[in-house]
Amino acid sequence: MARAHDIGGLKGLGPVEIERDEPVFHSEWEQRVFGITMATLGKGLYNVEQFRSGIEEIPIVPYMESSYYERWIVTLETNLIRAGVVSEDEIDARTVELSRHPGTDVGRREEAEFCEMLLSVIQAGVSPERDVEAPRRFESGDRVIAAGTTAAGHTRLPRYVRGKQGVVARLDKAFVYPETNVEGAGENPEWCYCVRFEADEVWGDGAEAGAPVYVDVWESYLEPA
Amino acid sequence: MGHDHDPISYPNLRTQAIESLLVEKGILASDAVDRVVSAYEEDIGPLNGARVVARAWSDGRYKTRLLENATGAIAELGISGMQGENMVALENTAEVHNVVVCTLCSCYPWPVLGLPPYWYKSPEYRARVVVEPRAVLAELGLEIDESRELRVWDSSAEIRYMVLPERPAGTDELAEDQLAELVSRDSMIGVAEARTP
Repeated sequence: MARAHDIGGLKGLGPVEIERDEPVFHSEWEQRVFGITMATLGKGLYNVEQFRSGIEEIPIVPYMESSYYERWIVTLETNLIRAGVVSEDEIDARTVELSRHPGTDVGRREEAEFCEMLLSVIQAGVSPERDVEAPRRFESGDRVIAAGTTAAGHTRLPRYVRGKQGVVARLDKAFVYPETNVEGAGENPEWCYCVRFEADEVWGDGAEAGAPVYVDVWESYLEPA
Repeated sequence: MGHDHDPISYPNLRTQAIESLLVEKGILASDAVDRVVSAYEEDIGPLNGARVVARAWSDGRYKTRLLENATGAIAELGISGMQGENMVALENTAEVHNVVVCTLCSCYPWPVLGLPPYWYKSPEYRARVVVEPRAVLAELGLEIDESRELRVWDSSAEIRYMVLPERPAGTDELAEDQLAELVSRDSMIGVAEARTP
């Protein structure tokens, strides 16, 4: 089952509109949502797959009607509630309170040491690369099928390539497996691959000619063709 | 926050509610929020990627390293960080044009390009560019000839992509910092060419 976010190839959407001289954030609340998310991820209250999953769980109608950072608010709430640090009732009550007393200060506290740690993580990065002992199942040029995933929820295999044949175009490192990491069920790293799919294989007749799509996948998504 | 008298939007209220609760409970570091925001507003943006492209245009051996090991070549210029841990650079040529998307969310190479623009995160771009890339690019003013292969790269796992656009004609005399000024964010996503001087 695919979720609302898995929209590669979906028909019926309008033109792409580029905003000239777009600011990084469009409002102060977008800044705060971004910063609060990075700070609470940095505290280890949830992981990036859980963050993504909280967006993917939004039903399709509100998903499509929400702005990008409105979806971040939803997953931030979902993950803070799951982490047990705040309840939905508390957030609801505080929202009502603030609406009755606009201009109320949200308060402030500082943690210099955590702040330095978070900034250095942002500068250095945190790779999901891991060592695995098992040899690769596939090599460059192998024909493969994006057979699917057993995940009931979060997966990184886009539905538009499921069941489609492609060719391994690049060998990547082994990375933490999202399907188990999202459940807190371990990292279970797997080899990754970049697979090239021809447009007519994915989209059928009438696809734009000479427009292959390259999709990055974990090994267990693939079977030999 | 909230010093003016405009009605406060629901997302704004909801965000304030979350922030005030987390501060009250001793979970959120306000200074970390401030500094993360300012890092992405002021320091981490497409000027970094433009430096990488200009170096690759100026130095053939650097370009080879960039195409073989983008993460390492980018780090040579002091650029690294979150969402850029595993980079791949895609070279545009007379035969091939590359365009990058994340159909599932909005994965994007933050250290070289900053945070993604709104259109990159929009359902319209994510849904359409994989299935009708020539049409989408044409709408954005970039016609890709039928004779050129148009490769669409869906950032669905842990690799983050940047496009190395073609060096514009008539730029032989330009120094590296002048070349960098020709490199737009959109040319490194693949929805535009580099500017001509």
